Parts: sequence; structure tokens; C-alpha cells
Amino acid sequence: MTTTTPTREAALPVGRRKSRAVLSRPISLAFISPSTVLIILFLIYPFFSIIATSFTNEALTGIHALKPDFVGWDNYRSLFNADWMNRGQFGASLWLTIQFVIGSALIGQAGLGMLIAIVFRGKSGPLRQIVYLLVIVAWIIPDVVIAFAWFAFLDPDVGTLNVILRTVGLSPLDWLLNYPLVSIIIFNTWRGTAFSMLLFTSALSSIPPSYLETAEVIGANAWQKFRDILFPQLRTTIATDMILITLWTFNTFSPYLLTGGGPGFRTDVLSIYTYRVGLRDLEFGKGSAVAVVVMLINLTLSSVYLMTSRRSRQR
Amino acid sequence: MFKSFKRMTHLVALIAVIFTLSSGLSAKAADAVTITISAGGNELKWIQETVKPAFEKKMADAGTPIVVNAIDNSNVKDAKQQLALDLKAGKGTDLFSFDGFWLPEFVEGGLLKSLDALVGPDYANWEGWKQIPQSIQNVSAYNGKQYGIPRGTDARVIWYNKDIIEKAGYPRDTFQPKSWAELLDAARAVKSKVTGVTPIQLNAGTAMGEATTLQGYTMALLGAGENIYNLDQKKWIVSSPAILDTLKLYETIYTKEALGESRWQLVKNGRDLSFQAFSQGKVAMLVEGDYLWRSILIPTGGDFAMPDRDKVVGFAKFPAEQPGKGYRGQDFVTISGGTGFVLNPNTGHAKEAWSLLTFMYSQEQLAGLQKLEPRIRARLDVPVTGDDTMTRMVKEVLPLTTIRPLLPAYTKVSDQIQLMTERVVSAEMTPDQALAAYTKAVTDIVGADNAMTVK
Repeated sequence: MTTTTPTREAALPVGRRKSRAVLSRPISLAFISPSTVLIILFLIYPFFSIIATSFTNEALTGIHALKPDFVGWDNYRSLFNADWMNRGQFGASLWLTIQFVIGSALIGQAGLGMLIAIVFRGKSGPLRQIVYLLVIVAWIIPDVVIAFAWFAFLDPDVGTLNVILRTVGLSPLDWLLNYPLVSIIIFNTWRGTAFSMLLFTSALSSIPPSYLETAEVIGANAWQKFRDILFPQLRTTIATDMILITLWTFNTFSPYLLTGGGPGFRTDVLSIYTYRVGLRDLEFGKGSAVAVVVMLINLTLSSVYLMTSRRSRQR
Repeated sequence: MFKSFKRMTHLVALIAVIFTLSSGLSAKAADAVTITISAGGNELKWIQETVKPAFEKKMADAGTPIVVNAIDNSNVKDAKQQLALDLKAGKGTDLFSFDGFWLPEFVEGGLLKSLDALVGPDYANWEGWKQIPQSIQNVSAYNGKQYGIPRGTDARVIWYNKDIIEKAGYPRDTFQPKSWAELLDAARAVKSKVTGVTPIQLNAGTAMGEATTLQGYTMALLGAGENIYNLDQKKWIVSSPAILDTLKLYETIYTKEALGESRWQLVKNGRDLSFQAFSQGKVAMLVEGDYLWRSILIPTGGDFAMPDRDKVVGFAKFPAEQPGKGYRGQDFVTISGGTGFVLNPNTGHAKEAWSLLTFMYSQEQLAGLQKLEPRIRARLDVPVTGDDTMTRMVKEVLPLTTIRPLLPAYTKVSDQIQLMTERVVSAEMTPDQALAAYTKAVTDIVGADNAMTVK
């Protein structure tokens, strides 16, 4: 049916062609209605119901399960109460999340991705193939498999990392106990560098080689080339990449598989905190309040993303 | 357009026919009611190999065929969360295993219905009730109503490695510290005389969850003379010298003298690590329920099977801080929990599920499970046999026992207990600071009217 439509359209006089859509309005509405229903059911409705729940003390078990009360701003106030920066509280989780995002996404993934992309720019051969393959494999293996591998890697006694440290004469460390945040930052960097690397690689390949060749003739060093040629060309790509990986890292739950948020809440990032309150303690009211705050943070990040991408399109 | 519309109508009609046919077929096959039950380990084996064939035959002979579908739940980690979500969504197996101390929360939350409501008053006529002592029936009861049939109960002791204890200069078979001082002395002796061994494991921290509250903290607290809740005054004890002494015991073990491995209390898989080390003969003393003996270390099929378990592992009762200063003036203390099978209120076949459950718990069937895994069963006519350690447990330890407060706020208080011990064990806070934080948090949870301080 769809294949015959264009020819029939083409046969119509030019003046009428514009006003007539491919499908009539009722039919087009009928076509989008299933997706509209799904969006309302699974996105719009939960969105508003979470906001509504966040003002109640609803829980899954206990006396508030059957008769939740309206508690006003109490849930929000409890997130920002006097000891909100204590371990295991909302503020502490937010701060951990910020460190985690800066460390693993902005510095780790974007930095390492950029480094790999620049080092292998315009090169081919087995080394590049191997590096790219390894980075991409780290990205596509399922979470649970990864968690087991990293447990083995970081084990204080027989872990690969400590064996390496011992071989080169350094003392082994108990990574997950003493450096839990560093561990999940390294873990998440390793896990997600592929996206930034691929994005930067394709962006770099669109820069004409003549720019850099000219610079070389003039005698520019590597840093000058990066600062004056590569960086300005890559600016919007970098912005897009950073905002996307910030959003993803902000919401990732994978560290839970490695540390469970511990020890002593020292890797209790917001996604784990939300899970703890909402699904482990089964306090839906407070959990929803956390979700709303996280949603606001995400909305802010996404609007920054949308604004940047719109500006880059205008240019 | 019209043509394709017509074609679509045909397609819809065809799909409808297929659905009708298939549902018709399944309706025919479903003359036999299917009862689902979730279980794991030995119990799953027992249900599948013994209970299922016997029950299905019995019901078929009676002209009311039933199919039993046993579902393996041994890999479920957050059982409580999963059950709460299942029940709220109107799902779950017809019969499932349920830890007694969750009952208050679930019942108050409207997630469970009593046997009375589901099966009718007839439930009380089951012959088995006469064989189950009231105290054990209470494992699956709340506010005077019965929600299921308990499996049995358990008790907690100090499990020790006889080889290590002997090397440290104590009698192999009759090792029994009579106070905390003697307990700590034994740990110190192990530390100085046996290398490469962790002297003692007393659970702490949030990662171990309820295992911290029950096996670790409450055992020590009872030794110091108190329970978490004062039954006479009906109030939660939010601050007391006994709590402080308990925290100081943790401090001595984990931070001051390093008699225990604080790492295991803090990392995610710490409890398993402690079990593993114990099974490899690298832990001298470990405070745990009989679960460790009969399930974890069991020479064949245990999670951390210990082939020489019967020769090497013994138990000592957990001592009071000083003789006679324990809970109710006891010299030794312990606490019991218990699990059971509960009926799903969403089941469409409550009567059939109940008849399966009572069949499982008939003397004849339960005796089959007792052979696979000897433990303290609910029924008096299914005693522990062929396992001297478990027999001794029933005789010497069970009479000393008590239970957790059966109140909806308990699990939240328990979370605070885990946090309090973690703060001490990780040296984040001193015992006094951790206690102050506990006092505040628990008072907030239960309300000032329900909280009390012991001077």
C-alpha cells in the first residue's frame, strides 16, 4: 500500500499535493494512538503518580501500606535535613555521585576515549585493532559477567591486580575495602570508554588532514595542534559526549554489583540510594521523593544537552 | 484500502480462533488443579522426589487430581523484597517459604491473609497442630492468628574448630567459655598461638543484614542482660549500659585487638567469606545458628561443604557477660528464629494448597525430609535422630532461647542496629557516638512514647 502512494500523489496537481497528507487525519491519529497510549501508560502516568506518591508516606509493608497519609513536604525535608551529609544520607550520596561522574565519566571515559582516538588517528594496523576491540568488548559484555570478573580482578589475596602490583614490587591493596570509590571509578571508566572513543574517532576523521599538515609545516607542537585545531573542531562533539555520559553515569546501577553501595555507604551513589529507600526498605513515598529530585537533576542535564545540540545545528 | 482492511479482519478473526482453540485445549488439560510451591535445597529435592508423587497419587485416587509444581527459589537473594512485590502485584506461588519475623509488616500492610480467612475455620482441625508446641506455632502467627505452618526453629551458638582450639590450649571437646572475658581470652590465645587463623567471627555491619542483628548483636546483647525490646514495659530500649557493653565487645574484637576480620563485616560478600574461611579451618570461633552446621557445612551438598565436619566442628554455648548476668539472669544465652510455609492470599485454590501443605507436614512425609537434613522440626513426633550435635542443641541450648520482638517496626530498628555495629567495627564512630546516633534514629522510628532508656 505504501509503495503505491507516492505515484498516486505525484499524479495529482501540484497545488493539491501540498495540502494533502499521505494519510488522512483520522487514519494518522489511529496509527499513532497505540504509541500514545503506551507513552501515557508507561511514561506520563508514572511521572505524575511518582510526584503524587512523593507527598505521601506510602510503603509496601507495614501500617502505611493500606492507608497512606498525605505528608506534604516531609519526604523532601527528610532528604535535606540537618544530617543530610552523613554517610548513607541523600546529600552524601549526591556528593559521591558527583565525584563518581567527574572521575569516571568526564575524566575517565571522555579523557581516555579522547586519548585513544587521537593516538590512533589516521593509523591502522593490528595494535589499533586490538585496542579498539578490547575497549568495545568491555562495553558490550553483560553487567553480571563483568561484576564477577572484577571481583576476581580486585580480590585482596589472589586478585590479578594485586598479583601485578606484587610482581612489580608494590604492596598489594584491599581495593574494595579501602578504596571503594576509586575502584568503581576505575571500573566504570574501563566499562564505558568505548562510547566516547568511537564518537571522538569519527569526529576526528571528519577533520581534513591538511589542517594538521599545515600546522606541522609551521612547526606547531602536539599541544598547540590539539588546542588550536582539534579542540575547536571537536567542541560540540565533546559537549554532546560529556552530557550523554554524565546522564548515563548519573543513573548507572552497575557499581551495586561490585560493592552493594558499601562498605559503610562509601559507594552509595544516588541510583543505589534510590534503590535502597524505594525497593529494599520498601518506602515508596520517600523513594518517590528521591526519584523526583533525581528526575529534576536529569531534566536539567538533558536541557543543557538539547540546548547545546540545537546551537550546534544552527551553526 | 478496503481490501486490506478486509484482510486484516480475516487475520484478527484467525488469531481469535487460535486463541479460543488453545484456551479450550488448556482448559481441558487443567481439570487437575495445579498448586505451585517455591522451595530450595534439600526441601526442593524432598518435595519433588517424595511429596509430589505421593500427594498426586493420593489426590488422583480420591478423584480430585492435583498437579504439584515445585519451583526452585534457592538463588533468590532479596526474598523479602521479591515476596512483597509479588504479593502486592497479586502474583507469587500458592505456597511459599516465609521468615516469621516479616509477618507483622506484611500483615499490617495487607499482603497476607490468615489461614482462618483463606481456608476457613476448618484449618484448626488438622491433626498436626497437636504435635506442634505453641511456641513453635507462633513462628508463623501474628496477633493470635495463624498464617502458615512453621518448619521448626533454630538456636544460635559459638561454633568452633576443635583443632585450632586444641592448639590454643583448650580442651577439644568440652571447650566452653563462661564469660565474655573468657571468650576474649580464648580468642587472644588463638591469635598468639595459631598463625593464619581468624580467632572469632561475630557478625556486624549492614551488608550481612538480619544475620548481623540476630547472630551477632542480639546474642551479645542478651549476654549483657537485655533484649532489643522490653516486653514488660512494651517499649524499645534505645539506650542502656548493656547496649554500650555490646558495642565495646565489638570494638575489642574488631578495632582494639583485631581478634576478628573487620573486612568481612564491611564488604558485600563478607558472610560467605567468613563461612568459606571457617570451612577451610581458618576461623577458630564463629557465632551462628544451627543453619551453619546442618546446611552450610554439611559434608555433601553444603554451600561450603566440610568433609571432616563431624570430626572438627564443635559448639559452645554463648556466655553471659558475667555468669548469671545474661538475659533473665541466665549464664548462657541464645535466640531463635523460624521460617515456615505460608499460603498466598492470591491463590485461587486455597483449600487444595492447604491440603498439600498439611500433607507435606504429616508425620510420614516430614520424616522423609528429616532424613535428608536433621534439624529441629516443628512436629514433636519427628524428632532429631542420627545427629548428636543437633540432639545436643535441642537438649542444652533450646531451653535457653527467646525470640525477636514481633512488631512492625522491628525491621527498621534492625537496620539501625546493623548500622550501629558497622560504625563501631569500621572505627567511624566510638561506641558512645554510635549509641547516641542509634538512640536518635530509633526514637524517630518508634516515637518517643515507645522508647525507653535504661540507666
